[in-house]
Amino acid sequence: MDMPRPDDGLIARRDRIVARLRAVLPADAVIDAPVETRAYECDGFTAYRCPPLAVVLPRSTGEVAAALRVCHEEGVPVVPRGAGTSLSGGALPTADSVVLGVARMNAVLEMDTADRFIRVQTGRTNLSVSTAVEDAGFFYAPDPSSQLACAIAGNIAMNSGGAHCLKYGVTTNNLLGLTMVLMDGTVVVLGGAHLDAPGIDLLGVVCGSEGQLGVVTEAVLRILPRPEGARPVLIAFATAQAAGACVADIIRAGVLPVAIEFMDRPCIRACEAHAKAGYPDCEALLIVEVEGAEAEIAHQLGLIAAIARRHAPLEIRESRSAEESARIWLGRKSAFGAMGRINDYICLDGTIPVSELPGVLAAVGELSARFGLEVANVFHAGDGNMHPLILFDANAPGELARAEALGAEILKLCVAAGGCLTGEHGVGVEKRDLMGVQFTPEDLEAQMRVKDAFDPNWLLNPAKVFPLHLSAGRRAA
Amino acid sequence: MIRPASEAEVAEAVRAARGPLAVQGGGTRGPAGAGTPLSTSALSGVVLHEPAALTLVVRAGTPVAEVERLLAAEGQRLPFEPMDHRPLLGTAGTPTIGGVAAANVSGPRRIQAGAARDAMLGVRFVDGSGTVVANGGRVMKNVTGYDLVKLLAGSRGGLGILTEIALKVLPVPEAAATLCLPGLEPARAVAAMAAALGTPWEVTAAAHDPGPSPRTWLRIEGFAQSVAYRAGRLAAALAPFGVAEVETNAASVTAQWQAIRDVTCLAGRAGDVWRVSVRPSEAAGLLARARAQAALMDWGGGLVWLLSPAGEDMRSRLGCFDGHATLVRAAPATHARLGTLHPAPPPVAALAAALRARFDPRGILGGGWA
Repeated sequence: MDMPRPDDGLIARRDRIVARLRAVLPADAVIDAPVETRAYECDGFTAYRCPPLAVVLPRSTGEVAAALRVCHEEGVPVVPRGAGTSLSGGALPTADSVVLGVARMNAVLEMDTADRFIRVQTGRTNLSVSTAVEDAGFFYAPDPSSQLACAIAGNIAMNSGGAHCLKYGVTTNNLLGLTMVLMDGTVVVLGGAHLDAPGIDLLGVVCGSEGQLGVVTEAVLRILPRPEGARPVLIAFATAQAAGACVADIIRAGVLPVAIEFMDRPCIRACEAHAKAGYPDCEALLIVEVEGAEAEIAHQLGLIAAIARRHAPLEIRESRSAEESARIWLGRKSAFGAMGRINDYICLDGTIPVSELPGVLAAVGELSARFGLEVANVFHAGDGNMHPLILFDANAPGELARAEALGAEILKLCVAAGGCLTGEHGVGVEKRDLMGVQFTPEDLEAQMRVKDAFDPNWLLNPAKVFPLHLSAGRRAA
Repeated sequence: MIRPASEAEVAEAVRAARGPLAVQGGGTRGPAGAGTPLSTSALSGVVLHEPAALTLVVRAGTPVAEVERLLAAEGQRLPFEPMDHRPLLGTAGTPTIGGVAAANVSGPRRIQAGAARDAMLGVRFVDGSGTVVANGGRVMKNVTGYDLVKLLAGSRGGLGILTEIALKVLPVPEAAATLCLPGLEPARAVAAMAAALGTPWEVTAAAHDPGPSPRTWLRIEGFAQSVAYRAGRLAAALAPFGVAEVETNAASVTAQWQAIRDVTCLAGRAGDVWRVSVRPSEAAGLLARARAQAALMDWGGGLVWLLSPAGEDMRSRLGCFDGHATLVRAAPATHARLGTLHPAPPPVAALAAALRARFDPRGILGGGWA
């Protein structure tokens, strides 16, 4: 993975740029000491690091606009940053860039349970949005695994999903409006507490644009009344194919669970060693969760069990209490942590049509054998969003490169099966150079034209999403 | 009338165009504007239907009715309940899925299941220079590149001509019921609908007729056992607003929500029709300011349909509010004078214009923009 050569001219003008930022922002909002900018050298994608020229941490939309105006006039690239939990390098700086972090902007600005929305500053963490409306009996639906730490700003940039998308959709389906600042400092308000755009749906294209169109400072989010209850069932299978077929049958039967999670044997074993959730030792297991009142849950779990029995399950373990539910979820929720304890790993994020699950899992197994690296599978099966974890040893020479090569092959497989490179983590720098696998140059040109309209000088997060050779002319202009 | 039969022919027609094209699907939302008419109706047919993945890929000119028949055979449906504009606008023709997508059409279930934009997983389109572009795909979670699917949804043909659309579909629930509360004033009705939508019983539609004998309707859908349970709980929760009558006859429930979806109460009546998207708690005040001849509230108050004397500028009556007003039915001269869409604030208008200039540099796809 390459990043563009930093502009030596900008680095030479560093002091002047920092002084201009200090002139328009409070003293503690500009960081340029190398020992402090180091903290911003990478995000959750730690394979690549580079400290920025400076970091600004504004507290208001006005301060964001002031900082961007300076950077625009100075021609400095700006890398927006939420909580820095991106798994694809969305907030990875370059040496000539200013990181603009919104973490200090975390206030709840308005909450209205009658109109069912909350308006927040985007530095607020995902989980704390739900917490803010909890006492009123509401929640915010998108729930990425990093929800304790990740910021709404990053959720909007990556159009984050989570485990409950099958029923509630992803960020874009729960975002009603936003306030953003364009690179030249213009403040734009899109949407609000009402539904749908009158004309072109700018809100829809800003969501998921990876911080390349503007810095989103405020968001109006849809909140939903909490269901009366929820309960999972764990179903164990002798083959991944049987589990995959069971998922397809559940969906086809008209039951719409809030979550269908899949784990394979390598993952189950690692989780058991770590969390001791009492999972059966089997080739594949599903955790299916349904919501509603007690009788409704019982009815749906009954239907699911009947479907599962057609696929020769080894075990059907229906939760009968909150404690049993917690045990069923325990292993799944500790999956990434468990993997991290035993190995280094790369987490992939491709999505495939649900119907292709059995075939793709078999093909991933073949690739795993060919590359000589174990792959553990844990993913949101209901929506086809796979998270194969490629296990490797970072200290063994060449293994990281081999793991990356295997990752690329698996993602190509996802695209060939009718899916995509990334379901919820974003392209960032990690999958930037694979974009040609999924899109023609014309497809990418159309996307880059959107950036041209919002950020004609390509200063916002410029080296992300699009292969560098395709964006070179625009970034140089 | 140009009637391309393939995506390649659409691209060819756009490249060959020497002036504006008036792009239309079934033409059921009235004239598509000035220019050479181009119909997508020959781009018809299902590309892929995977019931077990809840996905459907269809060519843009496929009639909505054909899509609904195909889905119904699998016990599925379009989640967003698209409105049929023919009764309200007095038009003929066949609504197409491309028209629904290009106008981001939805219906009463919008508040629970989203609009067309939310169900659209992927698009193929021809831009104003005749280039074919694909975006999105056919999976529910996809953040690979920019979401041009949302950008094209509701763009009224101004950025490109849709040729193919991938949709998320949903199972048809086993049962449905409508609760009806009589006699509520608009503000009280909005409060009742907000109360209902704030319960965990997943109300899938909430509408109010503010006419001489006011009625407020709430819909519940799901497994039969759930619907019975939830209707009972909801009626009890709404007791402060009156005694709810519960309708469970499937045909009656369907017919009633279809009438709300298509705004048939304003069909055939003289005057202009405005469609206002508004923050629900502002709806009652807005309705009072509108002094409309007739009205219908949907989306728990978030959507207000207004009938007003022909040629009057409803937007100036409504003043400032959180939302926007679209002129849906009026004489062409009124559309030209007042503008079909709510005027956007300057920075938003500038971005929209910049996008249109880049997707349609020759300005030949502007026909849908009044």
